[in-house]
Amino acid sequence: MHAPLLQLQHINAHYGPIHVLKDLSLEVGAGEIVCLLGGNACGKSTTLKTILGLVTPSSGTIVFAGEPITGWSSSERIRRGIAVVPENRRLFGPLTVHENLLMGAYLRHDRRAIDEDLARIYARFPRLSERAGQPAQTLSGGEQQMLAVGRALMSRPKLLLLDEPSMGLAPQLVEQSFALLQMLSRQGVAVLVVEQNARVALQIAQRGYVLQTGRVVLEGAAAGLVANDQLRRAYLSRGSVIRFSPLGHGRAWRGHGRQSGERR
Amino acid sequence: MGDSLSHLPQQLANGLTLGAVYALIALGYSLVYGVLRLLNFAHGEVYMVGAFIGYGVLSLLDPALAAGLPGWLGLTAMLLAAMLGCGLLGALIERLVYRPLRHTHRLAPLLGALGIAFVLQHGVLLLASARHRAIHAELILPAALGFELGSVRLSAARLLVIGIALLLLAALSLLVYRTRMGRALRAIGADPEAAAMLGVPVERVVSQTFVLGSALAGAAGVLVGLVFTKVWHLMGVAAGLKGFTAAVLGGIGSLPGALLGGLLLGIAESVSTGVISPTYSDLIVFGVLIVALLVRPSGLFGKRAQPKV
Repeated sequence: MHAPLLQLQHINAHYGPIHVLKDLSLEVGAGEIVCLLGGNACGKSTTLKTILGLVTPSSGTIVFAGEPITGWSSSERIRRGIAVVPENRRLFGPLTVHENLLMGAYLRHDRRAIDEDLARIYARFPRLSERAGQPAQTLSGGEQQMLAVGRALMSRPKLLLLDEPSMGLAPQLVEQSFALLQMLSRQGVAVLVVEQNARVALQIAQRGYVLQTGRVVLEGAAAGLVANDQLRRAYLSRGSVIRFSPLGHGRAWRGHGRQSGERR
Repeated sequence: MGDSLSHLPQQLANGLTLGAVYALIALGYSLVYGVLRLLNFAHGEVYMVGAFIGYGVLSLLDPALAAGLPGWLGLTAMLLAAMLGCGLLGALIERLVYRPLRHTHRLAPLLGALGIAFVLQHGVLLLASARHRAIHAELILPAALGFELGSVRLSAARLLVIGIALLLLAALSLLVYRTRMGRALRAIGADPEAAAMLGVPVERVVSQTFVLGSALAGAAGVLVGLVFTKVWHLMGVAAGLKGFTAAVLGGIGSLPGALLGGLLLGIAESVSTGVISPTYSDLIVFGVLIVALLVRPSGLFGKRAQPKV
């Protein structure tokens, strides 16, 4: 088998005194769907931020498309083909749908190709095309999800990272957006999806990793994980979920504290 | 009273000039607030520095203008120098004061801003003394030049101020609403972390925002010098406060709001000065602000509540 698209090798990451990722290694092959499972504050989001270059690991290497990218800036990584659909989607509410999509192509300058990609996304999501001139904050939850994925696709990624895409969506919409991921992977885009909803994620993923307090405790083919008893314990171990969105003006302190260790 | 009412049209015209200047200052407040949620209370001082740069350039050009250098060239030089100088100053303030303080305590940048305001006031005091310096606007524009419309007289200087202010406003809105940089600026205002996740160089765009807002303040300083023909080191205090008031009145963070707020404030001030009494004009202006905020707490163009996405 040829070398994987993305390799994390023995990554350690710290937020101040907190050791968030512990000797974490994982791989995503080209066009593969991989899910990263685990409860609250287990380091899933930090893993994505490390891949994107928003968190600097204290040790370990990241290899993407054959190049060691560990010291690269986020924008260099995005240019090379990594894109993210962040937790809570994080659209630019006052900007129009069209402008949100253009923001996804922020680092690109090939105007003609950008226009083609816009046309492709509008063709794929006619609802977005209908609402192109509307502020993103007026969209429904499902439309926002489409826009968040569309925005990420505008950078022409080889690897798409998704942080809890099922959160806040009705079951039907979850299914739709996971079907979309499958379609993308068939077109050659690799997908690394972070989920608490392990059942749904394992339905579309080929492989999965289970994190617990920053460590990979379980990995393997999705089919094997579904049947795994240990998995149930791993991802249900943390009880109820209280969320807050990190940073962002004035929103940071909703749902006090519970997850702060993971975010800071 | 009947006599002073006859001045109303003239005061409206004067208010328009004043309002255009307030609008330019208010835009700087709103731009920075819209992107960083930061009240840049050193903004009035940047405007003052702009006025002094304009004064300095005019003094330098004095002999050349006397020898026949066209006035519009002189004005262009004043504006460019003030906008450039203030733009740099704004970027410097952001880099040296606001950026290091950004992720500390909520009040730290505010106190930093007040500190910078004092540093600038006293820096200019040191360099230029406390004297009011006269701007010889007649070097640029003959004082007699102007329009008469019935009883209303609009001097060329005032028309020029309004014209240039409108031009700058138009350029700014093109920049903010029609360019890639403007899009990035608004995206950062909505969600800086999400913008960073798309590769937007957040710090650089923030820096550019300060350059823009400060350059507008610099232009406002030059324009005010032309109309009121004097500059001094404390002129930024009241102007900064009124620019801020205009921004709040319009809905802070909103650019059309800053424009409208500035014009309303300028007209209110001018009319209450001319028609009622100069002594009470500030009382009336800020009274209007308080009432307006009681009726519409988030300003004319402000959102009632920040929608969450």
